This record gives sequence, structure tokens and C-alpha cells, in this order.
Amino acid sequence: MNESSIVDSALPISIRGLTKQYGQLYALDTVDLDIKSGEFLTLLGPSGSGKTTLLMAIAGFNRPDAGSIRFGDKEMILTPPHKREVGMVFQSYALFPHMSVAENIAYPLKLRRVNKSERRERVNKALDTVQLSGLGERHIDQLSGGQRQRVALARAFVFEPRILLMDEPLSALDKKLRERMQIELKDLHRQLGVTTVYVTHDQREALTMSDRIAVIDNGQLMQVDAPQVIYNQPSNAFVADFIGESTMIPLKRTGNELFVGDERVSSVPDTPAETDWSLVIRPERLMVEPGTADRDSTLFFNGTVKESVFQGETALLLVVLDDGTEVSVRSSTGTATPGITANPGSQVQLAIFRRDIIVVPTGNSQR
Amino acid sequence: MSKTSAETVVENNQTGNQFPAVSDDNRVALAEQEKREQWKLLSLTFPALVVIALVILIPVGWLFYLSFIGKAGGFSLENYQKMIEYKSYARTFTTTFQVSFLTTLICILLGYPLAYFLAQLPGRWVGFFMLAVLLPFWTSLLVRTYAWLVLLQRKGIINDFAINMGLWESPIKLVHNMTGTLIGMAHIMLPFLVLPLYNAMKKIDRDMMHAASNLGASPARAFWTVYMPLSLPGMVAGSLIVFVLCLGFYVTPAVLGGGRVIMVSTQITAILENQFNWGAASALGVVLLIATLLVLFIAGRVLKLDAALFGKS
Ligand SMILES: Nc1ncnc2c1ncn2[C@@H]1O[C@H](COP(=O)(O)OP(=O)(O)OP(=O)(O)O)[C@@H](O)[C@H]1O
Ligand SMILES: [Mg+2]
Repeated sequence: MNESSIVDSALPISIRGLTKQYGQLYALDTVDLDIKSGEFLTLLGPSGSGKTTLLMAIAGFNRPDAGSIRFGDKEMILTPPHKREVGMVFQSYALFPHMSVAENIAYPLKLRRVNKSERRERVNKALDTVQLSGLGERHIDQLSGGQRQRVALARAFVFEPRILLMDEPLSALDKKLRERMQIELKDLHRQLGVTTVYVTHDQREALTMSDRIAVIDNGQLMQVDAPQVIYNQPSNAFVADFIGESTMIPLKRTGNELFVGDERVSSVPDTPAETDWSLVIRPERLMVEPGTADRDSTLFFNGTVKESVFQGETALLLVVLDDGTEVSVRSSTGTATPGITANPGSQVQLAIFRRDIIVVPTGNSQR
Repeated sequence: MSKTSAETVVENNQTGNQFPAVSDDNRVALAEQEKREQWKLLSLTFPALVVIALVILIPVGWLFYLSFIGKAGGFSLENYQKMIEYKSYARTFTTTFQVSFLTTLICILLGYPLAYFLAQLPGRWVGFFMLAVLLPFWTSLLVRTYAWLVLLQRKGIINDFAINMGLWESPIKLVHNMTGTLIGMAHIMLPFLVLPLYNAMKKIDRDMMHAASNLGASPARAFWTVYMPLSLPGMVAGSLIVFVLCLGFYVTPAVLGGGRVIMVSTQITAILENQFNWGAASALGVVLLIATLLVLFIAGRVLKLDAALFGKS
């Protein structure tokens, strides 16, 4: 693919005030979202949060109640799906069982009146790209799950759409294959340079693959940011809780300072209107028995070990802090980590660097 | 591959397994269990097999035997010879196939949109409309047939209405002919087509049509290239049921055909009533049976019937 085709193979998507109601339930609640040209954006959220609804709205399969969807400068909200020119990989793959692999992939080309020889060439190239060369004559029911997924993918990009949508395409695959396909999908995205909206409820998948992640809950976007930002600086309690493991400890506010116990955590971030704040602690950022650490840069907790769980590459320590909060501590199981062998009932000291501290608003933050 | 337990012991000893292998090797016991279960299954089907033998094979065999008995009482081929000699028999078979074919065609033309409509309905409405399809299915055949007679006759509701509306001038002959027969037959056969077709359509994933339109197919194009082929097995199954049922149908053509539409079944009755000739009637029955089996056989070959009837996609 040459330089120029990469440039015009992508199209930005701009969504404004998109709302979709099913009875009393808001599946989408005034969603505003800008997806950059060529970006890999992942919609991440719990089941029933509206991910599929949003994707279907972009593809044109459902009719929103209000709002605007623009591809580039063009308003698409009233355009029927077959004229939107977006490729889509369905969660069920939706391959046509009465056609062979090659016929499936050739289907969009046939509709676009691509002549026979070019069609064959492009189908073969697409099969090459998804590493299925030679399987063109197979029937769909003769393919494994991973192979079907790739056929679905080849069919979605063979007509060079400028937007690619994928709805949990890897959810049916086993862990090993899923991880390999994640890397292949990412590679393919780099190759095609097409604007991609990807849906998953697997947060690791989202963190691995995306340029940006849009966290969605109850039809509302909670945060749209790069994976590191989502993980390190969640902007609210939902995101902090949903992404990664975390323990929330409510903070006490005195004046403009936030405290846990007697220990000052930080000053109140200058976002008005919020009243309640919580400390978010990631299990892997807690240190056990830190010894003589610097009090200025470190926050200490004392507690009793409740349980110690071996989980393979990491071990989990459940500790009940003196104020009753239960936190988990994760550390790698190599000999590099002492302290993790602590027996239930024993006293431990935990510490976290102040720079690893996350403070999020709770309470008034939610609408 | 069968292996004696002695060999297994040796093998296990070589690999250093200290447990005796004999007690682990349940090959014989497992094989016996499987055999026992197969016998149990067979004994479950036994009553059904007996019933089939009694009510189907024996009467059909008797029919077969009778068809070779001539007027004189001995063995003879005269019943079959007559069928070749007299034109009227050939005409009867032509009519039978004609009526069956046309009825099937009408059922497809009416039934496909109907099944499609039902398949698109939201769940709570399906029950109601399905009832509308099935209600006639549950009422007596004779009642429905005579109801059509009332509707279609010269001074019937349909003629009256059409003349009042100025659609046609004088009463049209809608009954006691081919038209009436086809109307009645199609009405009675419709559920046999709609049910398997609806079933096949229900199995088509919504995403199939979404995928087609996503790839650029207009609604019409998506229908012809994706929906239609995927619903075809149900249509084939339904059409075949209708066609085969039509081949042997009696009541409706007899009543609504008014003696002008002579199907094989009608003729069999006529022969029995007028001539009391069991031999000739049996021969007709045998030929009809063979013709029906032939239709099923050819359809099975051409259309891969088992896939259509038993839902292998
Ligand atoms: N056709 C529909 N009729 C009524 N409610 C619907 C319909 N489709 C979706 N919903 C509701 O809208 C909400 C969002 O659904 P959606 O399918 O977008 O969730 P999702 O985020 O894709 O979930 P999942 O991860 O389980 O696929 C859900 O509460 C769902 O029950
Ligand atoms: Mg979904």
C-alpha cells in the first residue's frame, strides 16, 4: 500500500449528542465522541453498557433518537447502512454459510462490480493478509473459530472501507489464540491505516490494543483517553474500579486537605462541585515491609494478613488494615520479593509511593 | 485395536508403573455395557416397528397382491394393461400432477411472504398470527371444503360481492372446476408449507442481513443473495410435503372439483363404487404409491433432501 492510499484510507468520525432510548432505558445518553483519522479506539464497558448500540449506530443498523454522526465532513445519520462504506466484523462473524470462503470475501467486491480477475486477485491478497492463503475453496463450517474470525476480518476490509468496526471479535476464541489475534489485528491496523472502532469488555485487550480507550457505562462515556492515562489517572471512581484491580479507601477532608487516618494524602484537586474523594490503590503498587522508606515520598499502612494466595506469576496478599479496610497486594512470585510469604494473622506494614497515589471523586461526581 | 490385559501389564511394568493394570482395563465390561444399551434402545423402538408393520406394510402388501388379481379371480396383469390402454387413466395422472404442482406453486407464492412476515414479527405478535395460520389447520377438512363451496358458488358471497362492486358482470364459475379445486387445496395445504419455512427463516441470524447490507447490498440484493438461499431448505421441505400430500388428496378435489377434476384418488373411489373392482382400484393405488416414492427419491437426489428436512445447514 503506498503513501497516498494510507492517507485517504482513513476517515475521522465525529459523534455529537447521540441518544438512543429503549423504553425508559437510555442505551446511549448524549454521547459526544471524536475518533481521529486512522485511530484505533476501543469501546470498553460492562455488559449492557451500550457498546454494541453505539457500534450499530455508527454502522447504521439502529436508528438513534437524536444526535449526529459524521464521517469526515459528511453527516451520515440518515444514510442507510449499505451506503455507509464501513467494514464490520460481527461478534457472531456472520459469515454466509451458503458461500465458500472466497465467495464470502468476494461478496462486497461483486456488489461493487469489480471485474472477475481483479476480484480474484484482491480476494487472494486479503487471504494472504489474514494468513489463510489456500483455504479459499473451503466451506465455512470446515473452519476453526480462529479461521472464521480471520475470514470475517478479510471480508470486512477487502473493499477498502475507510472505517472498520469490530464487535468483540475475539470473544469466542481461547486465551492463547486470542492473544495472538490481538497482535495480528494490531499489525493489520498498522498496515491498513483505517480508522478502527473496537468493542470489548476485556480490559486487558483494550489496554493492549488501543490508541485510546472510551470507557462507557449506562450509555454514558465516562472517560476517553490513552491506555496509560486511563490506568494511571482515572477521572472517576467508575473508571478506577473498572480498569485494573483497585481498592478504594474513602478520604476524610479537612479544609483543603485529604486524609487517610492521620496521614495527609494530598490537597483537594481543584475541580469544584465534588465533595467526596477516595484513594485508589492498585495492588501491584503496594510494597510489603518496605523497611526504612522516606516518609515524605511514601504513605504507610499497618494491617494484619488475612490470606495469602498463590496465582502463578503473581501472588496476592489480602491484608486487613487497622481501620478495617481490606486491601490486596500483588507481587511477583520470584525470590526477588520477600515479605509476600507472610502467614495469615501476622502483622505487616504496607507502603505506597505518593507518586503512585490516585485520588478520584466519589459521590457528587455522578449525574 | 484390542490389546489383552497381559500386554498392558508388561507395558506398564516397562514404564515403571507399580499398579496392576488388569483392574484398570475395563475394555470388556465397557463393550458389554455399550451392547446392552443398544439393545435397550432397540427394544424401545420395537412397539413402533410392530405398529408400522401391522398398519402399513401388511395393507400395502395386500393391495399389491390384489392389484394382480384379474376379474376372473386368478393372477393377471389386466389391471395394469387397462391403465396403459385407456386414455382416461393417463389423463387422471396428468391432472393429479397438474393439481399438485399448481397447488404447491400457489402455496409458495402465498406462503413465502406470509412466513417472512411471521419471522419478522416481534415475539408477542407471533402467537396471534400463528394461531390465524393454524386455526384452519385444526378445523375439520370437510367443514373447510364445504365452506369454500358456499363462498365460491354461483350465488355465493364472492360472486355477489364482485358483481356489486362491478368487478365482473355476471357470475363467474369459481367452483366445480380447476379454479375451485386449486383455491381449496391451496388453503388447506398452506400451513404445511408455512411451518417449515417459518422455522427455517427463524434460524437465519439477524446479523446475516446486517452483514450483507454492511458489505454494500441494497435490501433487495441482500434478500436475493443471502436471505432467499438461506431460507431455501425450509421452502424445499415445505413444498415437498405439500406436493406429496396433494398427490393422494381426495376430499377437496372431489367436492370442489364437482366431477370435473378427476384425480387418482377420485378415480379409485369411482372404480370401487361403480364397478366394485378391487383389482383395478388396487393397481391405481400401487401406481400412485410408486409415483409418490419416485418423486421423493428424485427430490432427495436432486435437492439433498435430508439436509432440507433435517436441518443440516
Ligand atoms: N432491541 C433492544 N430492545 C430493548 N433494549 C435493548 C435492545 N438492544 C439493546 N437493548 C438494551 O440496551 C442496553 C445496551 O445494550 P448493548 O447491546 O449496547 O450492550 P453492550 O454494551 O453491547 O453489552 P454486551 O457487552 O453484553 O454486548 C442494554 O441494557 C440492553 O438491554
Ligand atoms: Mg454487545
